[in-house]
Amino acid sequence: MFNDVGVLEARNLTKRYGATLAVDDLSFDVKPGIVTGFLGPNGAGKTTTMRMILGLDRPDRGTVTIDGHPFRDAPVPLREVGALLDPKAFHGGRSAYNHLLCLAQSNHLPRSRVDEVLATVGLETAARRRAQAFSLGMGQRLGIAAALLGDPKVLMFDEPVNGLDPEGIAWVRRLMRDLASLGRTVFVSSHLMSEMALTADHVIVIGRGRLIRNESTREFIESSSHASVVVRSPAADRLASLVAEKGGTATADNTGAMVVVGLDAPQIGELAAAAGIVLHELAPQRASLEQAFMELTQESVEFHASGRVAQ
Amino acid sequence: MTAPTRPYRFGDVILSEWTKFRSVRSTYWTFAVAIVLGIGLSALVSGISANHYHTDPTIRFGWNPVQRSLRPGWFLAQLAFAVLGVMTVTSEYSTGMIRTSLAAVPKRTRMILAKILVFGVAALIVGEGIGFAAFALGQALIHGEAPSASLGQHNVLRVVVGTGLYLLFMGLLGSALAILLRHAAAGIAFVVGILFILPGIAQALPTSWSQPIEKYWPTNAGQQLMATHRDPHTLPAWAGFGEFAVFVVIVAVVAVILLERRDA
Ligand SMILES: Nc1ncnc2c1ncn2[C@@H]1O[C@H](COP(=O)(O)OP(=O)(O)OP(=O)(O)O)[C@@H](O)[C@H]1O
Ligand SMILES: [Mg+2]
Repeated sequence: MFNDVGVLEARNLTKRYGATLAVDDLSFDVKPGIVTGFLGPNGAGKTTTMRMILGLDRPDRGTVTIDGHPFRDAPVPLREVGALLDPKAFHGGRSAYNHLLCLAQSNHLPRSRVDEVLATVGLETAARRRAQAFSLGMGQRLGIAAALLGDPKVLMFDEPVNGLDPEGIAWVRRLMRDLASLGRTVFVSSHLMSEMALTADHVIVIGRGRLIRNESTREFIESSSHASVVVRSPAADRLASLVAEKGGTATADNTGAMVVVGLDAPQIGELAAAAGIVLHELAPQRASLEQAFMELTQESVEFHASGRVAQ
Repeated sequence: MTAPTRPYRFGDVILSEWTKFRSVRSTYWTFAVAIVLGIGLSALVSGISANHYHTDPTIRFGWNPVQRSLRPGWFLAQLAFAVLGVMTVTSEYSTGMIRTSLAAVPKRTRMILAKILVFGVAALIVGEGIGFAAFALGQALIHGEAPSASLGQHNVLRVVVGTGLYLLFMGLLGSALAILLRHAAAGIAFVVGILFILPGIAQALPTSWSQPIEKYWPTNAGQQLMATHRDPHTLPAWAGFGEFAVFVVIVAVVAVILLERRDA
């Protein structure tokens, strides 16, 4: 396991569907031992990227490899990548047991693995029932069982908590953390930053198929929640023009306070002291993660829109 | 699980496809329908014609007990087999199973060949079963009422065995079209078009056109394997069937090449 660790490498991945450029020159690495969040708003290209990793879609350009090899050439594919792309990717007429059995047999995995993963996801009692009667949550569990079957180096989950109840969500989060702590590469998509803040160590953010950020979750939070400062002062107007001179922007919020962006609290305090302005409040604010994420992806949308206007 | 396993092989994928095949109920009832249609209709026609043999001169004219006992059966069963072949493939697409299957076996040709092999073996066994059972039951019903046939007579064994072979290749044609079209309705419509509609249109053309078309049309050619006597406007039994088999193989090769190239 030392030189075969499960490093996922995407290089210049590009995929076009007709007029839609779903994935646009995307390059990134996903490393073992941590949970890597794959973030982007609806239609950003997350599912398309994951489908290209599995070879379900053929990239127009670029490559994706696991430890340097394309997934297609894997000697035992289920030991390389376990994926949950769609909670209903099974034949409803087949029992959960037989679904997993046929997958295990295709890769020459021992039959005992079927019982093991059924126990892991808590589907033992439903294993002999036809899967079409499964609830969304049970279907999700069956999909996760299939992903775990080969004890793969890389685990890939596309929006795994969609449709799960709070207990199920907590279970999936714990599972992802556990897999990462066992040294697996865990790559999980979401369009909720708050979800990723709880589980991911590292985030890859895309918008319109392009890479926006690729950094640790901590870095992402620090760099993207560009602080604003709430200021209350009887001489707000005078302070606002001073802030503007220093390159900050001051706007009034709905409580009548001034919100400053571009200068931090010490700078504003010193500015006010030098001008002899009294301050009643000087409060640094941290943007919520969700806000930061929305601003980021908004930028990618605006960039494209203004690009078109400029032509 | 840390024990090293060997690379997966074609045999593993065949076993997997066999598990898929036997673990859904639709496999059993669709084959049951084909069996009931194939044997039942042949028995019905054999029984009724034998009953009227002495009273109805149109039945006595050109009496062919082999055809009485087989033709009605395969005529209906060919459609059932084609539908089975289509469904074997399209059930993967309609359920979303295809994504899971190809994530486990990314070498797509390996997966689809294993699937076709499993289906083909089952279709051959059931097809031959229908041929022999329909013949035996038909002759038993005819025997004593009208002249009956036996397997030892000229060409009879070829016709009976050929029934199963023809049904197998209709099933394979269904599968190959389904790989190309990926939707059950489209696949079935195509089979019906090839089997009935296009040859029907050819009949409306002048004889100089319709005769060669009917002679070489793949399914017509394949059906010559079940002819007891050769009509001068048709191909010889094995030549005709060979043409049909080559046609099916070509469709299948094109389908598999596209399967490898397209997004799944
Ligand atoms: N098979 C397809 N044919 C045509 N367009 C497609 C196809 N698959 C995806 N797209 C388009 O490609 C873009 C990226 O889609 P994708 O599903 O990868 O996004 P996503 O990030 O997974 O979004 P979501 O959060 O909604 O799941 C979208 O504009 C989508 O409409
Ligand atoms: Mg998606």
